[in-house]
Order: sequence, then C-alpha cells, then structure tokens
Amino acid sequence: MSWFKRESAPLDAPGEKRVRTEGLWVKCDGCRQIIWKKDLDQNLNVCPTCERHFRVDAQRRLELLFDDGQFEVFDNGLRSTDPLSFVDLKAYPDRLRQAQAETGLSDAVINATGKLDGRHIVISAMAHNFIGGSMGAVVGEAITRAIERALQHRTPLLVVSASGGARMMEGIVSLMQMAKISAALARLDDAKVPYISLLTDPTYGGVTASFAMLGDLNIAEPGALIGFAGPRVIEQTIRQKLPAGFQRSEFLLQKGFLDAVVHRKELRPYLARALNFMAAAA
Amino acid sequence: MRARRKEPASDAAVAAGVRYAAELLGQQAQAAWNMVSEADGQSDSIASHAQRELEQIEKQIAALDAVAGSNQEARRQLHNLHQQLETVRKQIHAHTHAWRITELARHPQRPYMLDYVQRLFTDFSEIHGDRAFGDDQAMVCGMARYHGEEVMVIGQQKGRDTKEKLARNWSMPNPEGYRKALRAMKLAEKFGRPVLSFVDTLGAFPGLGAEERGQGEAIARNLREMARLRVPSIATVIGEGGSGGALAIAVADRVLMLQNAIYSVISPEGCAAIMWRDAAKKDLAAEAMKITADDLQQLGCVDGIVPEPEGGAQNDHDEAARLLDVELQKQLRALASLSPNELMERRYERLRSLAQFFEG
Repeated sequence: MSWFKRESAPLDAPGEKRVRTEGLWVKCDGCRQIIWKKDLDQNLNVCPTCERHFRVDAQRRLELLFDDGQFEVFDNGLRSTDPLSFVDLKAYPDRLRQAQAETGLSDAVINATGKLDGRHIVISAMAHNFIGGSMGAVVGEAITRAIERALQHRTPLLVVSASGGARMMEGIVSLMQMAKISAALARLDDAKVPYISLLTDPTYGGVTASFAMLGDLNIAEPGALIGFAGPRVIEQTIRQKLPAGFQRSEFLLQKGFLDAVVHRKELRPYLARALNFMAAAA
Repeated sequence: MRARRKEPASDAAVAAGVRYAAELLGQQAQAAWNMVSEADGQSDSIASHAQRELEQIEKQIAALDAVAGSNQEARRQLHNLHQQLETVRKQIHAHTHAWRITELARHPQRPYMLDYVQRLFTDFSEIHGDRAFGDDQAMVCGMARYHGEEVMVIGQQKGRDTKEKLARNWSMPNPEGYRKALRAMKLAEKFGRPVLSFVDTLGAFPGLGAEERGQGEAIARNLREMARLRVPSIATVIGEGGSGGALAIAVADRVLMLQNAIYSVISPEGCAAIMWRDAAKKDLAAEAMKITADDLQQLGCVDGIVPEPEGGAQNDHDEAARLLDVELQKQLRALASLSPNELMERRYERLRSLAQFFEG
C-alpha cells in the first residue's frame, strides 16, 4: 500500500498565512469607508469618498504647503521652563518629555521658511499632537519670532492653527502669549505685510481669541471645529443641546467670521492667489 | 517576690522608643496633609482641623523632647520630625492660601467696578452699545473726570442682587461688550484721553449666541488694538481676572492687581475639572495655577499690587478706593510724560518680555 506513503519530501508545515494589515487601513469617521492608508496619503489625507479632511501633523502640513515640499525650519530649539512648577495628576515636565518623545518636536509649533508658488513665505504650523497643540510660552515666543521675521524681511506670513487653546500648565504665562502675539501682529499690520490665518481642526480658546482670528484673511479647511468656548462648556452653561454643525468652519463662514472655507487640494492655489493680491502692498 | 527596682532606660532603648514615636507622629502629620489635599470642598474647615492636629503633634514632640534628654540619636529623630511638621504646615498653608484669596476676590460684598467709579471719578457719563448688535450691560464704559482730567473708564460690572446679576450676566461679557469697549478706547484715542480699565469677570460668556457673534474674534481684535492704542492705559484687576475675557480689556501700559484679586488662564474649578477630572479639587488647582497678585508679580505679569484694607476690600469700600486712587494717580503721572510713540514702544517691550524658555 505504498500509495499511502509519501515518498517525496513532506509538504511545508501548514503555518498560517497572514498578512499584517494593521496600520495599512484607516476607517473614515465621516462615511465609515475603509481606506487604504497609502491612498489616503496620496489624497492629501482627505477621504476619497466623502471628502472628509483628516488631521495632518505639522511636518506634513509644511510639506503640503511649500513648493516641492521644500522648506527650512528656524527657531525650533525652544523648550518650556515649566514657569509654574506645575503638577496635577502628573508633573508637567513629564508630560513635556512624553510629548517630545512621541512627536520628535520640542513644543507644539514648527516655524519654517520657503517658497509658495515661487514667493518667499514664513509659515508657522501648530502641532495638535503635542499636548493638544496648546499654547504656552514656547509657542507664544516661536510665533512671535515668526511674525518678527516676516516683518524684518517683509515676507508674507501664514500661521496654521490647530490647538485646544492656552496651555493650562503654564497658567497666566500662556494667557500673556495671546497679548504678546497680538501686539506683534499689530506691528505687522501697520507695516502692511500680508498675514493669512489658516484655521484647521481643531482651533479653540486662546488661539481663536488671538492670532487665528486676526488674519488679513481668515480661511479654514472644511469641517474644522473652530470656536472660543468648547462645546461641552457651552452645553453646561446654556443647558441645551447644540445644533448640528455648530462651530464647524461652514458655520463660521455663514456667521461671517471666515473669508473662505478651502478644500485642502485648493489651498496652495488659493494662497498663491491671495498673496498675489497682497503683493503690491508688501 | 521583691519589687524590681526601676532601672534607667538604656540609650539604645530610648533611641528606639523615640524613633518609634517619631515615626507614628510623622505618619499622623502626613495623614493630616493627605486629609487636606484630598478634601472635596469645605477645605477651610478641614484645614483648620488639620492645623489642630499639627498642634497636638507639636505637644507630643515637646513631651518626647524631655524623654530624649541628651540622647543624640533620639534628638536627631526629633529634629527630623520637626522639619517634616514644618513642611506639612507650609503645604497646608499654601494649599488653602490661593483658594482663600479666590473667595475674597469673589466676596459678595467686595466693591465692584461702579463702586470705584463712584468714589474715584466725577461727571461719569456712560456710553452704550457697540453700533452693531446691542448694548452689553456686563461691560460698562463711560467718560469721566479723574482729578480734573478727562479719562475713559471701562470695566466689567457684577450685580449685587439677583435682578442686577441677571442684567449684568454675572459680569461675563458677550462679543458686543468687547466691541463696545473697543469703541470706547478708540474714542479715547481720537481725543487723546487716557484709558482706565477695571477687570472683574469670571471670563467671556461661553454661550451659543456669543459663539455665533464671534467671541474669539472680538477678544482677538481688542488685544491687537489695545497694543497699538496711542494713549496711556492702565488696567486694574479689582476682583476676578478670568482668562481671555479679562485680558480683552487688560492689555495696557500698566497692569495693576488688588492684593486679594486673582488673575488666571482658567477658573480654578475649570482647571480642576480638566486636569484632575474633578471640579471639587478647585483649591488644588488654585494653588497650582499661581493666580494671586504676589504670584503674578513674581512671574512678571503685573506691574504693581494695590494694597487693600485690613481683611479685604469688602470691609471698607472707601478705604479700598482711596488706596487704589493713590496707585492710579502715581502710575498715570508717570505715563503722562511719554509721547504716543514712546508709549507704544514701551508697551510692546513690556509684552515682548513675557517670555520664558530654554533655547538651543
């Protein structure tokens, strides 16, 4: 009964054949579509089905905005001093270290210069993944320096906001950054150097109540949440549910607080067009 | 059986005994601190209870001191215990201090903006409305005469009774309030009059309408415009300085704070709710955020502290106003000699220096 015996080499052990899919696919919160991550990346992190704009980190944001993704960073070594020696459930320096390790950034903003449509521009991009993109003394200083650099070289300035607001762990010092940045913007305004504010998801609190709303043009990406007070605080204050679409960029456009809501694909052409308009003054 | 004669305890035994007692007392002191730090509300009565415990421990230390005699080891133990006690005492004081100030800043009998206006100025004539939406009564603006000079007065006004509280919206302005304030400042600038602002708000109103009408934009614009106002300005935090809603009338050449006023980026309750996930930890948050006048002066965020009558401004409105008057006059005189360009330059330098960071 030799045909029960296998004479040749045994078959490969039937090890399970698995392909790792983790991290390769993303589910869209807007339309529940499962998207291949590479497709999403190639589509500027916008869902190809429903056009929902996914958040992009500061580094990628700069790559998307500058010509050929080329830029030079400046004033990026600033680090917080923990001015209040703040401790809540965790010490603030520990939170900082953790955020620095996770993001590779020293704080919640990257300053960069380069060209957009062939024109020199200074861009400050906030990093929402660094302690909620909150603004403490370092973010305040970095953005102020970006403004001063734009002023010095008479280069247009773009600030990309993505922040929960002032950084509570730096208390009053964070609050004062709002005044500091706004004062620097007053000088930029006096000098007629263009300043465009791009509000992305989410922009709240002290950031909305200072530089994010002070652009010569205030523009936002579709569907971004933008406001002064957070929705939960408002609900608790007025004790009623908030209407659908409240504090989305389309809502702010309708109420008259944005010049335009611009699709991520249209951002560069829109900015180029705006800079062209403002170029005569600059 | 013969009664055993009482032997004097050996050095080692004394040291061991004192060490054991000191450990127990140390634990008690720690427990007293834990009780205070974990208290949810009523922290004042709990803190005084803890203080009494500490006094008890102190008495027992005195008793142990007699036992220890000249035993070096035991004395060292007691010395350490004493230091631990001092640390706990300081912790408890610091812990309750900021919250006690917060309660004074919010005292229902504390003088409000119009109480000062009545005492400091003559010929006060209120101006109303933002010329766009309405008149926000949480924000009061008006022309006034200050020691013979015309000035513009701006401030958030709280209400004394329920009806007025409602009308004043608990001194939480809406965007139209901030826009009215800006209009008043621009008016002062046009006619070369100084701007005196009085800050007393929990914060800008977080309501549906406020968002629809651009609370963030209104505050932002004020910050920018105040920074380049061509007339002298003095802002005084008289009670609560709540976040952006306070700052929106407090970008000035001089920022003063009353001794028992507070100024912070978020209310202690709000901070506690977010950082401790428990609003009852408000006293912990108050301490951690450094919100008292002394704290702010140390951080370089205010230029002067205005003293208050014994026990707080609520005890004597006239005296509180007199003390504020002294400081305001002094500061205004110092600013009067500066040209608009010098004012703006120095104001910018003042704001620009609000920077603390490590570089490199």
